[in-house]
Amino acid sequence: MGRITLDKVRKAFGEVEVIPPLDLTIEDGEFVVFVGPSGCGKSTLLRLIAGLEDVTSGVISIDGADATMVPPAKRGLAMVFQSYALYPHMSVRKNIAFPMKMAGIPQDEQNRRIEAAAKALNLTDYLDRRPGQLSGGQRQRVAIGRAIVREPAAFLFDEPLSNLDAALRHGMRLEISELHKRLDTTMIYVTHDQVEAMTMADKIVVLQGGVIEQVGSPMELYRTPRNIFVAGFIGSPKMNLLTGEEAAKRGAHTVGIRPEHVTISTTDGAWKGTVGVAEHLGSDTFLHVHREGATDPMTVRVDGEFSAKHGDTVWLTAQEEQIHKFDADGLRIA
Amino acid sequence: MATQHSRSAARIMMAPAVFFLLVWMLVPLCMTLWFSVRDFRPLRGGDNGFVGLENFVRFVSSSAFWPAILTTLMIVGGVLLISIVFGVLLAILLDKPMWGQGIVRILVIAPFFVMPTVSALVWKNMFMDSVNGVFAHLWRFFGADPVVWLSEVPTFSIVMIVSWQWLPFATLILLTAIQSLDSEQLEAAEMDGASPLSRFFYITLPHLSRAITIVVLIQTIFLLAIFAEIFVTTGGAFGTRTLTYLIFQRVLESQNVGLGSAGGVYAIILANIVALFLMRIVGKNLDK
Repeated sequence: MGRITLDKVRKAFGEVEVIPPLDLTIEDGEFVVFVGPSGCGKSTLLRLIAGLEDVTSGVISIDGADATMVPPAKRGLAMVFQSYALYPHMSVRKNIAFPMKMAGIPQDEQNRRIEAAAKALNLTDYLDRRPGQLSGGQRQRVAIGRAIVREPAAFLFDEPLSNLDAALRHGMRLEISELHKRLDTTMIYVTHDQVEAMTMADKIVVLQGGVIEQVGSPMELYRTPRNIFVAGFIGSPKMNLLTGEEAAKRGAHTVGIRPEHVTISTTDGAWKGTVGVAEHLGSDTFLHVHREGATDPMTVRVDGEFSAKHGDTVWLTAQEEQIHKFDADGLRIA
Repeated sequence: MATQHSRSAARIMMAPAVFFLLVWMLVPLCMTLWFSVRDFRPLRGGDNGFVGLENFVRFVSSSAFWPAILTTLMIVGGVLLISIVFGVLLAILLDKPMWGQGIVRILVIAPFFVMPTVSALVWKNMFMDSVNGVFAHLWRFFGADPVVWLSEVPTFSIVMIVSWQWLPFATLILLTAIQSLDSEQLEAAEMDGASPLSRFFYITLPHLSRAITIVVLIQTIFLLAIFAEIFVTTGGAFGTRTLTYLIFQRVLESQNVGLGSAGGVYAIILANIVALFLMRIVGKNLDK
């Protein structure tokens, strides 16, 4: 079980309010991702749930029981840190055994769980090594192993992949998702990378300045962002945001068009422009097109085989039904 | 940059310093070895010629030899124990953010800058004096009989004085080590259910092991040679005669340079045995 409820949780460091009163419910077995730019309070929020920081006011309950004043070890949560926080002087086996040793679990049960975790995480051959002799991805897996053996109510991940290189990050992303499917335990995952959020989450919580901007499934956030911030943050490359005449024509203060919702043509269309930088990914190409009379270039996704050179003239047309409209306060219209 | 030419030039320029250091070290060593095989008593008959290993036998068979070794080990061991235990505790304390941290840290380090002779005199006359010392006043305040420190518990008194001088050094080294401990490790241990005490024994102390070895190594080398503290307090009486002090007495008080030099050779051997052990431990620690 791992249902976590935050009720008007507020955190202030002295005079500075990092998290204004905030409500959030995390259902049992959910994979929730806290995402937002640096300094948005997502890590602080995770540390509040973990119990490593004290809440200034409000109530955190885990499985219906008030856990606000419960020390971190008693909350039944396991955390994976950004720096992995492995104990360098202990072997991998002892690292994984540490929480069980502290809990006084019998030795044979300890061994059983260590073997199971090592098998699940491909660590069997490394159990007698020290963390210093492992690669980044292996260290990451040891940290996860140390969390698994506690059989916690929920896992907390604090930017666990940010110290890995791109290829490894992709692999670990899949492993963590796979782990979630297999264990079916609540996971709370903090990241600043919207790709990680989109690919892994059941539910994304977008944070900015300690305030929840929107909560929803990845596709909900993609299809119906509640405001301009979410619209710009979710989706890669970023949504094109237009103000002024184009927006006014559609009865909005700002309109947003995703690069994948623009049709390109070499003969005719709504806007005429010249091709600037082209980013080739192979399957797709992202063109930065300078529209006539506009200052910012518009990003357009085209098929990888579409040939366009720097300086070519093209015509763009937005798919009207896919345009997001926002009012002067940045909130979504309809 | 290092061409053949500049390298040989560098060698020539360094030669005087190397030569000077070598002479500085080798001459006393050779003189000690030379005197140790001769019956040399400057004020009592002068140089009486070659005597072989007689001085070495006499030095060891003297009734003062083994007690002196024991005292040396007790003082070195006692000071190491006190300075490491309290050094770790002080380092943990000073690592915590508190008001006036900078000043407190400087004050803690201050005893290290006091000359051994001065600190021993201060302890002897201001703290340990059985009539007017601070301790005597304290004991009387509680209605107890003042302890005559330097004659009742002389070895312990010297350990206390020397520990006071070396504790700051240990604290300083251990504090810098403790500051390099990753706070996420402590948080992870906290989440893993480790109590503050087990966090100390499982995380902090292993992290400090290398720094502790270094403190032990450096302090041992200096502690084997303590002299001033004994000279100005007990003068070697009441069983506080260390190996160093015994050599001093043989050479200057008994005016037997030959016998003292033989003791000096023993001291060199002892120091090298200790150094060998310590180098091994450090080497093992650095491998990790």
